[in-house]
Amino acid sequence: MKGNIFAKIIVYAFLILGLVVFITPFIYMVMTTFIGDAYSLPRPNEVFTAVPNLDNYETVWNKNNFFRYFMNSLLVAGVATVGSVFLGALTAYSFVRFTFPGKELLFRVFLFTMMIPLVLAIVPQFTVIKNLGLVNTYWGLWLLYIGGGVVGSTFFLRGFFETVPKELEESILMDGGGNWTIFRRIYLPLSKPALGTMAIFAFSGTWDEYFVALTIIKDEAMRTLPIALMMFQGKYASNWSWIFAASIIAILPVIIIYIVFQKKFVQSGHTDGAVKG
Amino acid sequence: MLPKVKNESDHNQQPVMTPKQKEPKKPKPSKFMKGLKQWMQVFPFLFLGLTGASVFVIYPLIKGIVMSFQDYNIMPGAESPFVGLENYAKAFSDPAFRYAVRNTFLNTVVTVPINWFLGLFFAVLINIQFVKYKITFRTLYYLPIITSWIVVAFLFRYLFADGDNGLINYLLVQVGIIEEPISWLQNQWTAMIVIWLFHIWKTVGWTVVIYLAALQGIPKELYEAASIDGANGLKAFRFVTIPMLGPITAFVIINLVMGAFNIFPQVYFITNGGPMGQTEVLQSMIYKQAFNNFNFGYSSALGVMMGLTIFLITLTQQKKLGKQRFM
Repeated sequence: MKGNIFAKIIVYAFLILGLVVFITPFIYMVMTTFIGDAYSLPRPNEVFTAVPNLDNYETVWNKNNFFRYFMNSLLVAGVATVGSVFLGALTAYSFVRFTFPGKELLFRVFLFTMMIPLVLAIVPQFTVIKNLGLVNTYWGLWLLYIGGGVVGSTFFLRGFFETVPKELEESILMDGGGNWTIFRRIYLPLSKPALGTMAIFAFSGTWDEYFVALTIIKDEAMRTLPIALMMFQGKYASNWSWIFAASIIAILPVIIIYIVFQKKFVQSGHTDGAVKG
Repeated sequence: MLPKVKNESDHNQQPVMTPKQKEPKKPKPSKFMKGLKQWMQVFPFLFLGLTGASVFVIYPLIKGIVMSFQDYNIMPGAESPFVGLENYAKAFSDPAFRYAVRNTFLNTVVTVPINWFLGLFFAVLINIQFVKYKITFRTLYYLPIITSWIVVAFLFRYLFADGDNGLINYLLVQVGIIEEPISWLQNQWTAMIVIWLFHIWKTVGWTVVIYLAALQGIPKELYEAASIDGANGLKAFRFVTIPMLGPITAFVIINLVMGAFNIFPQVYFITNGGPMGQTEVLQSMIYKQAFNNFNFGYSSALGVMMGLTIFLITLTQQKKLGKQRFM
């Protein structure tokens, strides 16, 4: 019994040590935002004794069109998320429910593109958008986010669609429903957790996306939050309180969504297959 | 009333679902007609995704390979002459490329084992029966993963700031590990350490979550059987847990290697390759060659070489993925 308690203490000690390493930087960041007039690097003592207040958040929110960039990002990420989930579901459904010539080849091509770093594609992607006349439009961004992400989302959702029992389809077929009805009434509702997880991935991915947005969007008023953050940091390089107040506003939506939904998270289809070996 | 056309198409769907009825009642239609019919059925569902993938993934990748053999000029109407392997040859005489290759490999060699070990270690600890607040631990360990790269980069630059006031310097001096504050980002190797720590800190939560899921998937009966055989604690871990985690470990390691190899924002936002290009990695070099220096051909050649390397490294995993069932 004594050994057991000893083991418990050691295990918890390691777990809490890990927690300290992962969480302290966040706490230090939040504490920094409570300091007023931080025009140079604040001393750790100042940070530890800062009194919580929201002054810096208010200043940042009203500064440099920050509110506008926030709304831009919301629009960009929102549409990209809906589009990615819809397109991913549609394509995954095509692969799971249909047989057609060339399916295996197509599947392999899709698989192959996942192994190649997409940085190789970024220049041609840009020229495609340019030829479509969509530089400096959100359509250009959406097309790249949704079209460029379709392979990944297809693979993710495919794993879950495969677990949908085929017997369920028969009732729809008997009622005279077709492929669309099966998609809408069986595959989508039964895959809600997977679709939700996918939506969160898509949202946080596009919300944070920097490099594509930087190359496509030229107009200052149309910038998204990550670009605005970098500009903001360039402008107020040493005012860490403002920079972190802006940063926290920028990461808050994703963190809130994650914490609210994380119990419903599902693991990616890859792990499923891998566990079963 | 059922629309007749729909009914027919549903009927043709049957062979897919139930292999027993494979033979159609009508005289055998030609293979071509059958394929055409199948394509017509799947087309409304597939064509958007297929178009998206073709235009924004497959075409750009092929185009990227072609560009790597060109002196590519992005201006409309300007010529982009083919230059053979010149772009590739250029890389091998470019000192920046040597740094980028070295640093990319170093990042992989250093971070993958640490990341793997820490991920497994914490997952095993969280999974121990008596540990409470499992979900809380998992959520908090995962927090760095969902935080924006840019913000975490700001944070690391802040924590590792020069002088007494940087938190890391402050702590190290207080504890007495170092006497003088270190200028972390001004020196090649200390900057590399910051990048590695950044990479590990930001991504280890993923390994924890994946292993935790795998551990929870191990059937309880196996442990019960082991305990009947007199194996408990460490022995059960050695003879039940480790073998059961085999397949997932391959998956985790391949993903960690790919993640470490694809290191990019870690460097771009922390040091931007500095001091003097000594912390540059392949992806940041590829990006900058294209969008800062407009050397699109050279950038593509670097991308092709990197893609080939990743392809070879992950070959084993691909074979496994390729074996997956399609239906």
